[in-house]
Amino acid sequence: MASLKDVQLQIAGVKKTKQITKAMNMVASAKLRGAQTRIERFRPYADKFYAMLGDLASKADENAHPLLEVREEIKTCGIILATSDRGLCGSYNVNLINEALKVAKEKTAEGKTVKFYCVGKKGRDAVRKSEYELVKGIGDVMGTFDFSLANELGMEVIHSYLTGEFDEVVLVYGEFVSIAKQIPVRLPLLPIAPAEAEEEAAAPSGPLKEYIYEPAVEGLLAELLPRFIKVQVYRGLLDTSASEHAARMAAMDNATKNCDEMVQSLTLIYNKTRQAAITSDLMDIVGGAEALKG
Amino acid sequence: MDKSLQLEIVTPDKVVLSEAVDYVGAPGFEGEFGILPNHIPFLAALRIGTLYFKANGKTSNVFVSGGFAEISDNKVSILAESAERAEDIDVERARKAKERAEARIAQERDRIDYARAQAALQRAIERINAGNH
Repeated sequence: MASLKDVQLQIAGVKKTKQITKAMNMVASAKLRGAQTRIERFRPYADKFYAMLGDLASKADENAHPLLEVREEIKTCGIILATSDRGLCGSYNVNLINEALKVAKEKTAEGKTVKFYCVGKKGRDAVRKSEYELVKGIGDVMGTFDFSLANELGMEVIHSYLTGEFDEVVLVYGEFVSIAKQIPVRLPLLPIAPAEAEEEAAAPSGPLKEYIYEPAVEGLLAELLPRFIKVQVYRGLLDTSASEHAARMAAMDNATKNCDEMVQSLTLIYNKTRQAAITSDLMDIVGGAEALKG
Repeated sequence: MDKSLQLEIVTPDKVVLSEAVDYVGAPGFEGEFGILPNHIPFLAALRIGTLYFKANGKTSNVFVSGGFAEISDNKVSILAESAERAEDIDVERARKAKERAEARIAQERDRIDYARAQAALQRAIERINAGNH
């Protein structure tokens, strides 16, 4: 059995760990609030975009713009994977990476070449170790990114798509459902599926209005579609960041609870050991006294 | 005038402005256009430039970096990647950005960078314009 001193040291260690996990939990919850506000600020912009695109896409046909067109032969598939930069957030990153690799596997099974874009260190490192090609890995941005990152990333995939390097693009990100629930989601980015956008827009727009367009529908689409991609990428990134903090909060909360349990069981061991020591001391004294009486 | 326009400028980071105005002039892709109350539904792409609006006889400027304008039911919604009210513009910073962009254009490395630098230059120039009015 461990000595009293050992158990005492262990208890002290676990208590220190608990302090750290508790602090991380509080930091994560503060950051989560920030991330949620950003999502809320972005929502009016995104909603307007969906409404506009739905309205326009219903008037244009599939061939109106190259970004809308579904290619007959799909040879290469680009996957944008958004993860966090740091660990200690439970199974969050693992789930995201698994989802992305699952998509990659399915696409490879269909005979497509898969290439990765990664935002966040965790995903980047995982893809580097896998058999898939990593076109670009962006690390250390999840804490500080703004719309320009989505802009840059969006421009790049659109460029690759138009030059034929990619025939389709999928975005894998952690959707923020609630503080207790974050799910890895795959979202087909390119070609753009207007039907979906339409559905989302149909609800709030009410009776259809006849707009005047300037420039004409095709010209407007050319302006609108690339931006729409960026909006979706940005939304994915914002969600991923909020989910990360939520996942970390939950993980750290669990860790704190586990620390409590461990302190409890260690204290029990400590007391038992202490009592055992006292008993054996007493036995010695009693035994000695008996022998002296002899 | 009994009716006024509700002008709303939205960027990815925040709602820059939301107020009742009498007139909006916007830098359209195919030339500037003006919006008065009771305009018919209208959807237009904007270029980088200065948007101005009149409210209570006062004219104010807002810099917009391209985007879209949607007008319906006396509501003008501007979606822009970035927008700044004239009084919030740091003209000095924009001037420095302009110098940087000019230097980059002078070097003219590859074409993507060139286009980017030109866009940056245009943004800087328009920012200065909006800020100086």
